[in-house]
Amino acid sequence: MSTPATRRKPPRVGDQPLFRRLLIGIVLVLVAFLILAPLIIIGVEAFAKGWQVYRDTITHPDTRHAIMLTVLAALVAVPVNTAFGIAAAWAITKFDFRGKRFLLVVIEIPFSVSPIVAGVAYLFVYGLQGVFGPMLDEYGIKILFAIPGIILASMFVTAPFVARELIPLMQAQGRDLEEAATSLGASGWRTFFSVTLPNIKWALLYGVVLCNARVMGEFGAVSVVSGNIRGQTNTLPLHIELLYHDYQAAGAFASASILALIAVFTIIAKVALERQGAGRVHSPATRPSLVANTAEKTS
Amino acid sequence: MNRLFILGTALVAPLAALFVTPALAQQPNKLLNASYDVARELFVAENEAFTKLNPGVTIDQSHAGTSKQARSIVEGLEADVVTFNQSTDVDFLAKNGFVSKDWTKAFPNNASPFYSFPSFLVRAGNPKNIKDWADLARDDVHAVFPNPKTSGNARYTYLAAYAWAKEAYKDDEEKIEAYITKIFDNVPVFDTGGRAATTTFVERETGDVLITFEAETRGIAKQYGADKVQAVTPSVSLLAEFPVAVVDKVAKKHGTEALAKSYLDFLYSEEGQRIAAQFGHRANNEKVAAEFKGQFPEIRLVKVDDVFGGWQKIQSEHFASGGTLDKLYGSR
Repeated sequence: MSTPATRRKPPRVGDQPLFRRLLIGIVLVLVAFLILAPLIIIGVEAFAKGWQVYRDTITHPDTRHAIMLTVLAALVAVPVNTAFGIAAAWAITKFDFRGKRFLLVVIEIPFSVSPIVAGVAYLFVYGLQGVFGPMLDEYGIKILFAIPGIILASMFVTAPFVARELIPLMQAQGRDLEEAATSLGASGWRTFFSVTLPNIKWALLYGVVLCNARVMGEFGAVSVVSGNIRGQTNTLPLHIELLYHDYQAAGAFASASILALIAVFTIIAKVALERQGAGRVHSPATRPSLVANTAEKTS
Repeated sequence: MNRLFILGTALVAPLAALFVTPALAQQPNKLLNASYDVARELFVAENEAFTKLNPGVTIDQSHAGTSKQARSIVEGLEADVVTFNQSTDVDFLAKNGFVSKDWTKAFPNNASPFYSFPSFLVRAGNPKNIKDWADLARDDVHAVFPNPKTSGNARYTYLAAYAWAKEAYKDDEEKIEAYITKIFDNVPVFDTGGRAATTTFVERETGDVLITFEAETRGIAKQYGADKVQAVTPSVSLLAEFPVAVVDKVAKKHGTEALAKSYLDFLYSEEGQRIAAQFGHRANNEKVAAEFKGQFPEIRLVKVDDVFGGWQKIQSEHFASGGTLDKLYGSR
C-alpha cells in the first residue's frame, strides 16, 4: 500500500485515496441497505415472538412439507437443467450447424419472459381448457396443481442458468483441445468427460448453484400452477406468502429464514468447493497430466 | 459407459417417479376446500372441529385470491368445495358448469354462512375523531385503502362509501360523486392489495383511517396490538357475504358430494358459527350472534341487490372501463 511504489505510472482516475475510499464507501453503504438490512430483518423478525414460535413454525407439518417440496423441486429441476445446459452449451460452442443462433435465442427466452407469463402459458397448455389438458385428464394424469406442474414451471424458469454460465467460457476456450482429443482417437463421451468437463467444472458448478438458488426461490410461475394446497403443493416461497397474508409475520419470517439459510449454505458450499478446486487448478501438475492422461489412455 | 448409465438413471428415475405418484386414487373421505387468501387460520379451526366430529376425514386447504382460485378450478384444480369472499367468482364457476346455476339457493342466507362489511381501523385513541363515512371527506382525514381497480376489498369500500352517500345526499349524483372524489383525493397511496394497504397504514404510519373488512380489522389489531390501532364501526355499511358452494363437477368425480354438503352444513351449525365469530366474522345463527353481542357493535347493513341492483349492474355501471369508478378515480 505504499504510494511511492505505485507512482511509476501516471496516476489514473480513482487512484487518489479520497476518491477510492468514497467509492468503497458508496458500495458498502449500498450493500448494507440493499442486502444486509433485509437479511438482518429476516433474522430479527423471525425471532420477534420468541424461540418457541419460531420452533413451532418450522416444525409445523405444513412448513416441513413446504421445505421438502422445495428441495424435491430442486432435486429434479437442477440435474435436468444441468444436463440440458451442458448439452446445449456443448452443441453451441463446439459445433457448427444451421439454426445455432435461433437455439441461442430460444435458450434465453426464460430469462426475458416474466415467470408469471410462463405460469399462465402452462395453464393454457396443460389446463383443462388448454391444449393437452382434456386428454391428460382422460388418462388421469395430473400435471397442473400437482407436483409435476411445480417442477415443470421451475425447470422452465431456470433452464438458461447453466447454459448461460458455460457458453461464454467454452467459446473462449475454443475447440483446440477437443479437436486434439478426437484426432488422437477419443470417442465423443471420452472427449467430454476427460477434456471438456475438467475445463468447465467451476463455471458449471457456479451455474448449478445459481440454478438451485433460483429453483428454490421461484415464486411467480409456481404460484400460478401450484393450486396453493397447504401441505401438498405449497412450496416454501408460497408458504411464506400465505403466512404473511394471514398476519403471521413471525411465522412468515421464520419460514423466510429457512429459505435464506438454504441460500447461505449453498453459497458456502460453492465457496468451499471453489477453494478446493482453485488449489488443484493452480498446482502445476494438474493441467499437463490431464492432457497426458488423455493421450496415454487413448493410444 | 458405466458413468453414462449412472447419469442416465439418476436423471430419469425421479422424473418417472413423479408421473407415477399422481395415479394414486382419490379417497371419498377427503375434501379439498379452495378458499380466499386470508382465511387460513379460520379454516384451520373449522376443519379441526369438523374432523373431530367426522373421524377419518381429511380436509385439505388451498388459499389464494378467489378470482385466481376460480380460474384454477376451471383449469383443473380439483376442489370439492369453495368458500370464497366474492360471489362473482362463484358465478364464474357456475357459468363454466362447475357449480350449479342456482348455487345461492343450495344453502341458507344466499349460501353465505357468515358475513362482514367494510369497517374502519383508526390509530389508538382515535385522535382525528373519525366516526362515520362523512368524516372521510374531511380535509384533515386521509383514508387508506387499496386501489379499487385491482382489489376486491377496495371495491367493497368504494361501494360502501357510495351506498352511504346515496342515502346521505338523497341520490344526488353530483354530490355523491363530489364526496367520492374527495375521499380519493385524500388517499395518500393506493396499494394493489389489502395486505399492502395494512402495511402502509400500520407499519409506515401513513394515513388516519384504514378501511377494510371488519373481520380483517380484528386480525390486524391482534397482530399489531391494541395500543397502536383500534376498530371503529360506522353507522351503516355494505353487507359482504362469504359465499360457499359444492363444486359439483369435481365432487361427482371424487364421489364426495355427500361429504362436501355436510362440510358446508357444518359451517352453518352452532359450532361452526361460533368459530367464525371467534375469527371476527358475524354469525347468522341467532344464538351465536347473541353470545358475541358484546364484541360486535350494532350496525345497519345494506345489500348490494337493494342499493345497486346486483353485481351485474355494478360491473357494467361502476367497474367496467369508462364506468363511474374510472371517472372518479381518474379525476384525482
